[in-house]
Amino acid sequence: MITGMITGTTFTKTTTMLDDFLIRAALAGVGLALATGPLGSFVVWRRMAYFGDATAHAAILGVALALATDLPVVAGTLTVALAMAVTVSTLAARGWAMDTTLGVLAHSALALGLVAVSFVPGARTDLSAWLFGDILAVSRGDLAFIWGGAALVLALLVWRWQALLTATLNEDLAHASGLNPARERLVLTLALAVVVAVAIKVVGALLIAAMLIIPAAAARGLARTPEGMAMMASVIGAAATLGGLQLSLWQDTPAGPSIITAAAVIFALSASLGRMRRG
Amino acid sequence: MNAPLRPAVAPLITAENLTIRMDGQEVLTNVSLAIQRAEIVTILGPNGSGKSTLLRALLGILRPASGTVTQRPGLVIGYVPQKLAVDRTLPMTVRRFLSLPVRVTDTDAASALIRVGMPDVAQRQMADLSGGQFQRILLARALLARPDILILDEPTQGLDQPGEAAFYRLIEEVRRETGVAVLMVSHDLHVVMAASDRVICLNGHVCCEGTPRVVSNAPEYRALFGLGTQGALALYQHVHDHSHDHGHHHGHDHGHDHSPHDHHGHDHGHDHGHHLHKDHDHA
Repeated sequence: MITGMITGTTFTKTTTMLDDFLIRAALAGVGLALATGPLGSFVVWRRMAYFGDATAHAAILGVALALATDLPVVAGTLTVALAMAVTVSTLAARGWAMDTTLGVLAHSALALGLVAVSFVPGARTDLSAWLFGDILAVSRGDLAFIWGGAALVLALLVWRWQALLTATLNEDLAHASGLNPARERLVLTLALAVVVAVAIKVVGALLIAAMLIIPAAAARGLARTPEGMAMMASVIGAAATLGGLQLSLWQDTPAGPSIITAAAVIFALSASLGRMRRG
Repeated sequence: MNAPLRPAVAPLITAENLTIRMDGQEVLTNVSLAIQRAEIVTILGPNGSGKSTLLRALLGILRPASGTVTQRPGLVIGYVPQKLAVDRTLPMTVRRFLSLPVRVTDTDAASALIRVGMPDVAQRQMADLSGGQFQRILLARALLARPDILILDEPTQGLDQPGEAAFYRLIEEVRRETGVAVLMVSHDLHVVMAASDRVICLNGHVCCEGTPRVVSNAPEYRALFGLGTQGALALYQHVHDHSHDHGHHHGHDHGHDHSPHDHHGHDHGHDHGHHLHKDHDHA
Protein backbone atom coordinates (compact mmCIF):
# COMPACT_ATOMS: atom_id res chain seq x y z
CA MET A 1 0.00 0.00 0.00
CA ILE A 2 2.62 2.44 1.11
CA THR A 3 5.05 1.28 -1.51
CA GLY A 4 2.29 1.67 -4.05
CA MET A 5 1.75 5.26 -3.00
CA ILE A 6 5.42 6.00 -3.13
CA THR A 7 5.91 4.48 -6.53
CA GLY A 8 2.79 6.35 -7.59
CA THR A 9 4.30 9.65 -6.55
CA THR A 10 7.62 8.90 -8.15
CA PHE A 11 5.81 7.91 -11.30
CA THR A 12 3.90 11.21 -11.54
CA LYS A 13 7.01 13.14 -10.78
CA THR A 14 9.17 11.60 -13.48
CA THR A 15 6.48 12.00 -16.08
CA THR A 16 5.54 15.58 -15.30
CA MET A 17 4.83 16.58 -18.79
CA LEU A 18 7.86 18.72 -19.55
CA ASP A 19 10.21 16.17 -18.05
CA ASP A 20 9.58 13.78 -20.87
CA PHE A 21 12.03 14.48 -23.68
CA LEU A 22 9.55 13.23 -26.27
CA ILE A 23 6.84 15.59 -25.07
CA ARG A 24 9.32 18.46 -25.08
CA ALA A 25 10.38 17.52 -28.58
CA ALA A 26 6.77 17.43 -29.75
CA LEU A 27 6.02 20.78 -28.14
CA ALA A 28 9.12 22.31 -29.69
CA GLY A 29 8.12 21.13 -33.16
CA VAL A 30 4.52 22.24 -32.80
CA GLY A 31 5.60 25.65 -31.51
CA LEU A 32 7.93 26.05 -34.46
CA ALA A 33 5.18 24.99 -36.87
CA LEU A 34 2.92 27.79 -35.59
CA ALA A 35 5.43 30.30 -36.94
CA THR A 36 6.67 28.43 -40.00
CA GLY A 37 3.15 27.94 -41.39
CA PRO A 38 2.37 31.60 -42.09
CA LEU A 39 6.00 32.65 -42.63
CA GLY A 40 6.62 29.70 -44.94
CA SER A 41 3.53 30.70 -46.94
CA PHE A 42 5.08 34.11 -47.55
CA VAL A 43 8.37 32.46 -48.48
CA VAL A 44 6.49 30.41 -51.08
CA TRP A 45 4.33 33.28 -52.38
CA ARG A 46 7.26 35.64 -52.71
CA ARG A 47 9.60 32.96 -54.02
CA MET A 48 12.07 33.50 -51.23
CA ALA A 49 13.11 29.85 -50.82
CA TYR A 50 16.76 30.55 -51.50
CA PHE A 51 16.58 33.57 -49.24
CA GLY A 52 15.51 31.26 -46.43
CA ASP A 53 18.41 28.96 -47.22
CA ALA A 54 20.97 31.75 -47.15
CA THR A 55 19.70 33.02 -43.82
CA ALA A 56 19.59 29.56 -42.29
CA HIS A 57 23.04 28.58 -43.52
CA ALA A 58 24.48 31.77 -42.12
CA ALA A 59 23.27 30.63 -38.72
CA ILE A 60 26.04 28.00 -38.64
CA LEU A 61 28.53 30.83 -38.75
CA GLY A 62 26.61 32.36 -35.85
CA VAL A 63 26.96 29.13 -33.91
CA ALA A 64 30.72 29.12 -34.47
CA LEU A 65 31.09 32.72 -33.39
CA ALA A 66 28.95 32.18 -30.30
CA LEU A 67 30.93 29.10 -29.24
CA ALA A 68 34.24 30.86 -29.82
CA THR A 69 33.21 33.89 -27.76
CA ASP A 70 31.26 32.05 -25.06
CA LEU A 71 28.11 33.94 -25.95
CA PRO A 72 24.78 32.13 -25.92
CA VAL A 73 24.32 30.27 -29.22
CA VAL A 74 20.97 31.97 -29.67
CA ALA A 75 22.60 35.39 -29.71
CA GLY A 76 25.07 34.24 -32.34
CA THR A 77 22.54 32.66 -34.67
CA LEU A 78 20.10 35.53 -34.32
CA THR A 79 22.74 38.16 -35.05
CA VAL A 80 24.31 36.44 -38.02
CA ALA A 81 20.97 35.34 -39.50
CA LEU A 82 19.71 38.89 -39.20
CA ALA A 83 22.87 40.31 -40.77
CA MET A 84 22.56 37.87 -43.66
CA ALA A 85 18.85 38.55 -44.14
CA VAL A 86 19.42 42.31 -44.19
CA THR A 87 22.36 41.95 -46.59
CA VAL A 88 20.31 39.85 -48.96
CA SER A 89 17.30 42.13 -48.97
CA THR A 90 19.51 45.19 -49.44
CA LEU A 91 21.21 43.57 -52.43
CA ALA A 92 17.81 42.56 -53.81
CA ALA A 93 16.54 46.13 -53.51
CA ARG A 94 19.61 47.31 -55.44
CA GLY A 95 18.72 45.00 -58.27
CA TRP A 96 21.39 42.33 -57.94
CA ALA A 97 20.76 39.10 -59.80
CA MET A 98 19.23 37.32 -56.86
CA ASP A 99 19.51 33.75 -58.01
CA THR A 100 23.28 33.94 -58.29
CA THR A 101 23.80 36.28 -55.34
CA LEU A 102 21.79 34.07 -53.02
CA GLY A 103 23.58 30.99 -54.26
CA VAL A 104 26.93 32.59 -53.53
CA LEU A 105 25.90 33.91 -50.13
CA ALA A 106 24.08 30.79 -48.95
CA HIS A 107 26.85 28.38 -49.70
CA SER A 108 29.66 30.70 -48.68
CA ALA A 109 27.99 31.27 -45.33
CA LEU A 110 27.58 27.56 -44.79
CA ALA A 111 31.16 26.76 -45.78
CA LEU A 112 32.59 29.60 -43.74
CA GLY A 113 30.48 28.52 -40.78
CA LEU A 114 31.75 24.94 -41.00
CA VAL A 115 35.35 26.09 -41.28
CA ALA A 116 34.89 28.41 -38.32
CA VAL A 117 33.29 25.69 -36.21
CA SER A 118 36.28 23.41 -36.81
CA PHE A 119 38.44 25.91 -34.94
CA VAL A 120 36.25 25.71 -31.85
CA PRO A 121 37.45 22.89 -29.62
CA GLY A 122 34.76 20.34 -28.92
CA ALA A 123 32.21 21.81 -31.28
CA ARG A 124 33.21 19.49 -34.11
CA THR A 125 31.55 16.60 -32.34
CA ASP A 126 28.09 18.19 -32.21
CA LEU A 127 28.32 19.56 -35.69
CA SER A 128 25.54 17.32 -36.90
CA ALA A 129 23.30 18.66 -34.12
CA TRP A 130 23.61 22.15 -35.60
CA LEU A 131 23.23 20.96 -39.16
CA PHE A 132 20.31 18.60 -38.64
CA GLY A 133 18.90 19.70 -35.32
CA ASP A 134 18.71 17.91 -32.02
CA ILE A 135 15.05 18.10 -31.18
CA LEU A 136 15.27 15.23 -28.69
CA ALA A 137 17.70 17.29 -26.59
CA VAL A 138 15.40 20.30 -26.29
CA SER A 139 15.47 21.61 -22.71
CA ARG A 140 12.78 23.51 -20.86
CA GLY A 141 14.71 26.70 -21.50
CA ASP A 142 14.90 25.90 -25.21
CA LEU A 143 11.19 25.26 -25.19
CA ALA A 144 10.46 28.66 -23.67
CA PHE A 145 12.72 30.25 -26.25
CA ILE A 146 11.08 28.40 -29.15
CA TRP A 147 7.55 29.28 -28.07
CA GLY A 148 8.54 32.86 -27.29
CA GLY A 149 10.17 33.26 -30.70
CA ALA A 150 7.25 31.64 -32.49
CA ALA A 151 4.77 33.86 -30.67
CA LEU A 152 6.81 36.92 -31.59
CA VAL A 153 6.91 35.97 -35.27
CA LEU A 154 3.22 35.12 -35.28
CA ALA A 155 2.31 38.42 -33.64
CA LEU A 156 4.46 40.33 -36.12
CA LEU A 157 2.84 38.59 -39.09
CA VAL A 158 -0.70 38.99 -37.78
CA TRP A 159 -0.07 42.67 -37.09
CA ARG A 160 1.23 43.35 -40.63
CA TRP A 161 -0.91 40.72 -42.36
CA GLN A 162 -3.00 42.93 -44.67
CA ALA A 163 -0.05 45.09 -45.65
CA LEU A 164 2.20 42.07 -46.20
CA LEU A 165 -0.35 40.42 -48.45
CA THR A 166 -0.90 43.57 -50.48
CA ALA A 167 2.83 44.12 -50.92
CA THR A 168 3.24 40.46 -51.87
CA LEU A 169 0.64 40.80 -54.61
CA ASN A 170 2.11 43.97 -56.09
CA GLU A 171 4.45 46.50 -54.54
CA ASP A 172 3.13 49.40 -56.61
CA LEU A 173 -0.38 48.57 -55.53
CA ALA A 174 0.74 48.63 -51.91
CA HIS A 175 2.51 51.91 -52.46
CA ALA A 176 -0.55 53.51 -54.03
CA SER A 177 -2.55 52.48 -50.95
CA GLY A 178 -0.12 54.39 -48.74
CA LEU A 179 1.85 51.35 -47.58
CA ASN A 180 5.62 51.06 -47.64
CA PRO A 181 6.66 47.80 -49.33
CA ALA A 182 10.24 48.17 -48.07
CA ARG A 183 8.98 48.14 -44.49
CA GLU A 184 6.95 44.99 -45.14
CA ARG A 185 10.03 43.32 -46.62
CA LEU A 186 11.89 44.21 -43.45
CA VAL A 187 9.15 42.63 -41.34
CA LEU A 188 9.57 39.36 -43.23
CA THR A 189 13.35 39.61 -42.96
CA LEU A 190 13.14 40.01 -39.18
CA ALA A 191 10.63 37.20 -38.87
CA LEU A 192 12.86 34.93 -40.90
CA ALA A 193 15.92 35.64 -38.76
CA VAL A 194 13.97 34.87 -35.58
CA VAL A 195 12.59 31.64 -37.02
CA VAL A 196 16.06 30.55 -38.07
CA ALA A 197 17.42 31.16 -34.59
CA VAL A 198 14.49 29.24 -33.12
CA ALA A 199 14.49 26.37 -35.59
CA ILE A 200 18.17 25.52 -35.62
CA LYS A 201 17.74 23.39 -32.52
CA VAL A 202 14.68 21.64 -33.93
CA VAL A 203 15.50 20.78 -37.54
CA GLY A 204 19.01 22.22 -37.94
CA ALA A 205 20.43 24.81 -40.29
CA LEU A 206 20.24 22.63 -43.38
CA LEU A 207 16.56 21.82 -43.05
CA ILE A 208 15.04 25.08 -41.81
CA ALA A 209 14.11 26.12 -45.32
CA ALA A 210 12.46 22.73 -45.82
CA MET A 211 10.35 23.28 -42.71
CA LEU A 212 9.27 26.63 -44.16
CA ILE A 213 8.54 25.53 -47.69
CA ILE A 214 7.27 21.96 -47.66
CA PRO A 215 4.28 22.39 -45.30
CA ALA A 216 3.25 25.58 -47.11
CA ALA A 217 3.55 23.90 -50.50
CA ALA A 218 1.51 20.95 -49.21
CA ALA A 219 -1.16 23.35 -47.94
CA ARG A 220 -1.49 25.17 -51.26
CA GLY A 221 -3.81 22.67 -52.91
CA LEU A 222 -6.03 22.45 -49.86
CA ALA A 223 -6.71 26.17 -49.37
CA ARG A 224 -8.81 28.83 -51.08
CA THR A 225 -7.54 31.89 -49.24
CA PRO A 226 -4.13 33.04 -47.99
CA GLU A 227 -5.24 32.67 -44.38
CA GLY A 228 -6.49 29.17 -45.07
CA MET A 229 -3.14 28.22 -46.57
CA ALA A 230 -1.17 29.71 -43.67
CA MET A 231 -3.20 27.85 -41.06
CA MET A 232 -3.16 24.63 -43.03
CA ALA A 233 0.62 24.93 -43.34
CA SER A 234 0.91 25.17 -39.55
CA VAL A 235 -1.31 22.13 -39.10
CA ILE A 236 0.74 20.16 -41.63
CA GLY A 237 3.98 21.31 -39.99
CA ALA A 238 2.72 20.14 -36.59
CA ALA A 239 1.53 16.84 -38.04
CA ALA A 240 4.91 16.34 -39.72
CA THR A 241 6.64 16.97 -36.40
CA LEU A 242 4.57 14.35 -34.62
CA GLY A 243 4.85 11.89 -37.49
CA GLY A 244 8.59 12.42 -37.78
CA LEU A 245 9.13 11.94 -34.05
CA GLN A 246 7.11 8.75 -34.20
CA LEU A 247 9.21 7.50 -37.08
CA SER A 248 12.37 8.43 -35.24
CA LEU A 249 11.19 6.51 -32.20
CA TRP A 250 10.28 3.38 -34.14
CA GLN A 251 13.17 3.20 -36.50
CA ASP A 252 15.80 5.09 -34.55
CA THR A 253 16.21 7.56 -37.41
CA PRO A 254 17.54 11.11 -36.87
CA ALA A 255 14.61 13.25 -35.68
CA GLY A 256 15.08 16.41 -37.77
CA PRO A 257 15.34 14.66 -41.14
CA SER A 258 12.49 12.36 -40.11
CA ILE A 259 10.24 15.39 -39.55
CA ILE A 260 11.07 16.75 -42.99
CA THR A 261 10.51 13.30 -44.50
CA ALA A 262 7.06 13.21 -42.91
CA ALA A 263 6.34 16.67 -44.34
CA ALA A 264 7.43 15.47 -47.77
CA VAL A 265 5.07 12.51 -47.53
CA ILE A 266 2.20 14.85 -46.64
CA PHE A 267 3.17 17.04 -49.59
CA ALA A 268 3.08 14.07 -51.95
CA LEU A 269 -0.35 13.04 -50.65
CA SER A 270 -1.68 16.57 -50.95
CA ALA A 271 -0.30 16.97 -54.46
CA SER A 272 -1.86 13.73 -55.70
CA LEU A 273 -5.12 14.59 -53.97
CA GLY A 274 -5.12 17.93 -55.76
CA ARG A 275 -4.39 16.22 -59.07
CA MET A 276 -7.24 13.77 -58.55
CA ARG A 277 -9.62 16.58 -57.69
CA ARG A 278 -8.67 18.51 -60.82
CA GLY A 279 -8.43 15.53 -63.12
CA MET B 1 -21.10 66.32 -60.24
CA ASN B 2 -20.01 66.24 -63.76
CA ALA B 3 -17.91 69.16 -64.79
CA PRO B 4 -14.71 67.75 -66.15
CA LEU B 5 -13.55 70.92 -67.78
CA ARG B 6 -14.13 73.39 -65.00
CA PRO B 7 -11.40 73.19 -62.41
CA ALA B 8 -13.11 74.70 -59.39
CA VAL B 9 -10.63 73.72 -56.71
CA ALA B 10 -6.96 72.88 -56.49
CA PRO B 11 -5.85 70.06 -58.80
CA LEU B 12 -5.76 66.54 -57.38
CA ILE B 13 -2.24 65.86 -58.58
CA THR B 14 0.23 68.33 -59.98
CA ALA B 15 3.60 67.69 -61.53
CA GLU B 16 5.91 70.61 -62.09
CA ASN B 17 8.99 70.39 -64.26
CA LEU B 18 9.32 66.77 -63.34
CA THR B 19 12.55 65.10 -64.39
CA ILE B 20 13.17 61.44 -63.68
CA ARG B 21 16.46 59.64 -64.14
CA MET B 22 16.79 55.90 -64.09
CA ASP B 23 20.21 54.27 -64.21
CA GLY B 24 21.68 57.62 -65.15
CA GLN B 25 19.37 58.04 -68.11
CA GLU B 26 16.82 60.78 -68.27
CA VAL B 27 13.49 59.05 -68.80
CA LEU B 28 11.28 62.09 -68.30
CA THR B 29 12.29 65.67 -68.88
CA ASN B 30 10.49 68.71 -67.53
CA VAL B 31 7.03 67.23 -67.46
CA SER B 32 4.32 69.47 -66.06
CA LEU B 33 0.70 68.50 -65.76
CA ALA B 34 -2.27 68.84 -63.46
CA ILE B 35 -5.23 66.53 -63.03
CA GLN B 36 -8.51 68.14 -62.05
CA ARG B 37 -11.53 66.67 -60.33
CA ALA B 38 -13.69 64.33 -62.42
CA GLU B 39 -11.76 64.62 -65.65
CA ILE B 40 -10.53 61.72 -67.74
CA VAL B 41 -6.98 62.27 -68.89
CA THR B 42 -5.07 59.83 -71.04
CA ILE B 43 -1.33 59.79 -71.37
CA LEU B 44 -0.49 58.51 -74.80
CA GLY B 45 2.92 57.57 -76.03
CA PRO B 46 4.89 54.88 -77.81
CA ASN B 47 6.62 52.11 -75.90
CA GLY B 48 9.50 53.43 -73.87
CA SER B 49 8.16 56.96 -73.82
CA GLY B 50 8.09 57.05 -70.03
CA LYS B 51 4.33 56.64 -69.49
CA SER B 52 4.52 54.10 -66.71
CA THR B 53 7.45 55.97 -65.19
CA LEU B 54 5.33 59.11 -65.11
CA LEU B 55 2.49 57.27 -63.36
CA ARG B 56 4.86 55.78 -60.82
CA ALA B 57 6.31 59.22 -60.14
CA LEU B 58 2.81 60.66 -59.70
CA LEU B 59 2.02 57.85 -57.26
CA GLY B 60 5.10 58.83 -55.25
CA ILE B 61 6.95 55.57 -55.93
CA LEU B 62 9.80 57.15 -57.86
CA ARG B 63 11.74 60.09 -56.57
CA PRO B 64 12.21 62.86 -59.12
CA ALA B 65 15.71 64.01 -60.02
CA SER B 66 14.26 67.49 -60.14
CA GLY B 67 10.84 69.10 -60.12
CA THR B 68 7.95 68.25 -57.83
CA VAL B 69 4.89 66.08 -57.59
CA THR B 70 2.15 67.42 -55.36
CA GLN B 71 -0.85 65.40 -54.28
CA ARG B 72 -3.75 67.24 -52.74
CA PRO B 73 -3.66 66.54 -48.99
CA GLY B 74 -5.74 63.48 -48.11
CA LEU B 75 -5.99 62.41 -51.71
CA VAL B 76 -7.26 58.85 -52.08
CA ILE B 77 -5.88 57.06 -55.12
CA GLY B 78 -7.39 53.98 -56.70
CA TYR B 79 -4.60 52.31 -58.61
CA VAL B 80 -5.02 49.69 -61.30
CA PRO B 81 -1.59 48.33 -62.20
CA GLN B 82 -0.59 47.29 -65.68
CA LYS B 83 -0.24 43.69 -64.77
CA LEU B 84 -0.81 41.89 -61.57
CA ALA B 85 0.38 38.34 -61.68
CA VAL B 86 -1.33 36.40 -58.91
CA ASP B 87 1.19 33.68 -58.32
CA ARG B 88 -0.24 30.19 -58.69
CA THR B 89 1.08 29.45 -55.21
CA LEU B 90 -1.13 32.15 -53.69
CA PRO B 91 -4.74 31.08 -53.22
CA MET B 92 -6.91 34.17 -53.47
CA THR B 93 -10.61 34.43 -54.02
CA VAL B 94 -12.02 37.54 -55.64
CA ARG B 95 -13.81 38.33 -52.39
CA ARG B 96 -10.58 38.14 -50.39
CA PHE B 97 -8.74 40.26 -52.94
CA LEU B 98 -11.32 43.04 -52.63
CA SER B 99 -10.45 43.26 -48.91
CA LEU B 100 -6.83 44.27 -49.60
CA PRO B 101 -5.39 46.27 -48.04
CA VAL B 102 -8.50 47.47 -46.22
CA ARG B 103 -11.14 44.97 -45.20
CA VAL B 104 -14.53 45.77 -46.72
CA THR B 105 -17.98 44.50 -45.80
CA ASP B 106 -19.70 41.83 -47.85
CA THR B 107 -22.31 44.39 -48.88
CA ASP B 108 -19.71 46.80 -50.20
CA ALA B 109 -17.85 44.01 -51.96
CA ALA B 110 -21.03 42.76 -53.59
CA SER B 111 -22.03 46.19 -54.82
CA ALA B 112 -18.54 46.85 -56.19
CA LEU B 113 -18.77 43.60 -58.15
CA ILE B 114 -22.18 44.57 -59.47
CA ARG B 115 -20.79 47.96 -60.42
CA VAL B 116 -18.15 46.39 -62.65
CA GLY B 117 -20.67 43.95 -64.09
CA MET B 118 -19.36 40.81 -62.40
CA PRO B 119 -21.83 39.93 -59.65
CA ASP B 120 -21.17 36.19 -59.53
CA VAL B 121 -17.42 35.83 -59.21
CA ALA B 122 -16.84 36.47 -55.49
CA GLN B 123 -15.82 32.89 -54.76
CA ARG B 124 -13.73 32.38 -57.90
CA GLN B 125 -9.95 32.20 -57.68
CA MET B 126 -8.18 35.29 -59.03
CA ALA B 127 -5.80 33.10 -61.03
CA ASP B 128 -8.74 31.59 -62.93
CA LEU B 129 -10.14 34.87 -64.26
CA SER B 130 -9.77 35.93 -67.88
CA GLY B 131 -7.87 39.11 -68.72
CA GLY B 132 -10.99 41.24 -69.03
CA GLN B 133 -12.53 39.88 -65.84
CA PHE B 134 -9.28 40.45 -64.02
CA GLN B 135 -9.14 44.11 -65.05
CA ARG B 136 -12.70 44.60 -63.84
CA ILE B 137 -11.87 43.09 -60.47
CA LEU B 138 -8.83 45.35 -60.18
CA LEU B 139 -11.13 48.26 -60.93
CA ALA B 140 -13.69 47.09 -58.36
CA ARG B 141 -10.96 46.90 -55.73
CA ALA B 142 -9.71 50.35 -56.61
CA LEU B 143 -13.25 51.76 -56.38
CA LEU B 144 -13.84 50.29 -52.92
CA ALA B 145 -11.37 52.80 -51.48
CA ARG B 146 -13.78 55.55 -52.70
CA PRO B 147 -10.92 57.22 -54.55
CA ASP B 148 -10.69 60.83 -55.67
CA ILE B 149 -8.71 59.66 -58.64
CA LEU B 150 -8.30 56.40 -60.49
CA ILE B 151 -4.89 55.76 -61.96
CA LEU B 152 -4.82 53.03 -64.58
CA ASP B 153 -1.70 51.77 -66.29
CA GLU B 154 -2.59 50.30 -69.69
CA PRO B 155 -5.81 48.88 -68.26
CA THR B 156 -6.92 47.10 -71.40
CA GLN B 157 -3.76 45.34 -72.40
CA GLY B 158 -4.61 41.93 -73.70
CA LEU B 159 -8.31 42.67 -74.24
CA ASP B 160 -9.91 42.42 -77.65
CA GLN B 161 -11.44 45.53 -79.07
CA PRO B 162 -15.02 45.04 -77.88
CA GLY B 163 -13.66 44.23 -74.45
CA GLU B 164 -11.56 47.33 -74.54
CA ALA B 165 -14.45 49.54 -75.59
CA ALA B 166 -16.66 48.05 -72.88
CA PHE B 167 -13.97 48.68 -70.26
CA TYR B 168 -13.59 52.32 -71.17
CA ARG B 169 -17.37 52.72 -71.22
CA LEU B 170 -17.40 51.33 -67.68
CA ILE B 171 -14.73 53.83 -66.63
CA GLU B 172 -16.80 56.64 -68.02
CA GLU B 173 -19.96 55.46 -66.27
CA VAL B 174 -18.09 55.30 -62.99
CA ARG B 175 -16.78 58.80 -63.54
CA ARG B 176 -20.27 60.05 -64.26
CA GLU B 177 -21.69 58.42 -61.13
CA THR B 178 -18.97 59.20 -58.64
CA GLY B 179 -17.14 62.22 -60.01
CA VAL B 180 -13.86 60.37 -59.76
CA ALA B 181 -11.02 61.71 -61.87
CA VAL B 182 -9.31 59.22 -64.15
CA LEU B 183 -5.71 59.23 -65.28
CA MET B 184 -4.73 56.44 -67.59
CA VAL B 185 -1.90 55.43 -69.77
CA SER B 186 -2.13 53.83 -73.13
CA HIS B 187 -0.27 53.22 -76.29
CA ASP B 188 -3.30 52.31 -78.32
CA LEU B 189 -4.99 55.03 -80.14
CA HIS B 190 -8.56 54.55 -81.16
CA VAL B 191 -10.57 53.74 -78.08
CA VAL B 192 -8.56 55.91 -75.75
CA MET B 193 -8.77 58.93 -77.98
CA ALA B 194 -12.50 58.68 -77.86
CA ALA B 195 -12.89 58.05 -74.15
CA SER B 196 -10.85 60.96 -72.81
CA ASP B 197 -11.50 64.58 -71.99
CA ARG B 198 -7.88 65.40 -72.43
CA VAL B 199 -4.96 63.63 -74.01
CA ILE B 200 -1.32 64.20 -73.16
CA CYS B 201 1.19 62.94 -75.69
CA LEU B 202 4.35 61.84 -74.05
CA ASN B 203 7.71 60.95 -75.48
CA GLY B 204 10.14 61.64 -72.67
CA HIS B 205 8.57 65.07 -72.51
CA VAL B 206 5.08 66.39 -73.14
CA CYS B 207 4.80 66.64 -76.93
CA CYS B 208 1.32 68.00 -77.09
CA GLU B 209 -1.78 68.18 -75.00
CA GLY B 210 -5.45 68.94 -75.49
CA THR B 211 -8.81 67.44 -76.35
CA PRO B 212 -8.63 64.26 -78.43
CA ARG B 213 -9.67 66.23 -81.51
CA VAL B 214 -7.01 68.85 -81.08
CA VAL B 215 -4.30 66.35 -80.30
CA SER B 216 -5.11 64.05 -83.18
CA ASN B 217 -4.60 66.99 -85.53
CA ALA B 218 -1.46 68.24 -83.85
CA PRO B 219 1.69 67.84 -85.93
CA GLU B 220 3.61 66.54 -82.88
CA TYR B 221 1.10 63.77 -82.44
CA ARG B 222 1.26 62.83 -86.09
CA ALA B 223 5.02 62.84 -85.96
CA LEU B 224 4.89 60.50 -82.98
CA PHE B 225 2.33 58.06 -84.32
CA GLY B 226 2.62 58.43 -88.06
CA LEU B 227 0.12 59.75 -90.51
CA GLY B 228 -2.15 56.75 -90.49
CA THR B 229 -3.75 57.69 -87.24
CA GLN B 230 -6.43 59.88 -88.68
CA GLY B 231 -7.54 56.83 -90.57
CA ALA B 232 -7.51 54.79 -87.40
CA LEU B 233 -9.63 57.36 -85.65
CA ALA B 234 -12.07 57.46 -88.52
CA LEU B 235 -12.23 53.70 -88.50
CA TYR B 236 -12.91 53.79 -84.83
CA GLN B 237 -15.82 56.16 -85.36
CA HIS B 238 -17.52 53.48 -87.42
CA VAL B 239 -16.58 50.55 -85.32
CA HIS B 240 -17.65 52.14 -82.11
CA ASP B 241 -21.29 52.31 -83.18
CA HIS B 242 -21.75 48.61 -82.86
CA SER B 243 -18.88 47.26 -80.94
CA HIS B 244 -20.90 47.27 -77.71
CA ASP B 245 -23.77 45.29 -79.06
CA HIS B 246 -22.23 41.86 -79.30
CA GLY B 247 -24.16 39.29 -77.48
CA HIS B 248 -27.25 41.13 -76.57
CA HIS B 249 -29.42 41.48 -79.46
CA HIS B 250 -28.47 39.71 -82.57
CA GLY B 251 -28.48 36.09 -83.26
CA HIS B 252 -26.83 36.56 -86.61
CA ASP B 253 -23.14 36.58 -86.79
CA HIS B 254 -21.56 39.81 -87.73
CA GLY B 255 -18.71 38.89 -85.51
CA HIS B 256 -15.77 41.13 -85.14
CA ASP B 257 -15.45 42.11 -88.70
CA HIS B 258 -15.07 45.80 -88.29
CA SER B 259 -14.34 46.77 -91.81
CA PRO B 260 -15.58 50.31 -92.19
CA HIS B 261 -17.83 49.29 -95.04
CA ASP B 262 -20.06 46.80 -93.38
CA HIS B 263 -21.37 48.96 -90.63
CA HIS B 264 -24.60 49.88 -92.34
CA GLY B 265 -27.51 48.08 -90.86
CA HIS B 266 -25.73 47.62 -87.55
CA ASP B 267 -26.31 51.01 -86.15
CA HIS B 268 -28.88 50.35 -83.50
CA GLY B 269 -29.31 53.86 -82.40
CA HIS B 270 -27.11 53.70 -79.35
CA ASP B 271 -25.77 57.08 -78.62
CA HIS B 272 -22.14 56.22 -78.44
CA GLY B 273 -21.36 59.06 -80.76
CA HIS B 274 -20.80 61.34 -77.82
CA HIS B 275 -17.63 59.54 -76.96
CA LEU B 276 -16.01 61.38 -79.75
CA HIS B 277 -17.44 64.76 -78.91
CA LYS B 278 -17.23 64.89 -75.22
CA ASP B 279 -14.57 67.50 -75.47
CA HIS B 280 -17.42 69.93 -76.06
CA ASP B 281 -20.01 69.28 -73.46
CA HIS B 282 -20.98 66.55 -71.13
CA ALA B 283 -24.03 67.38 -69.12
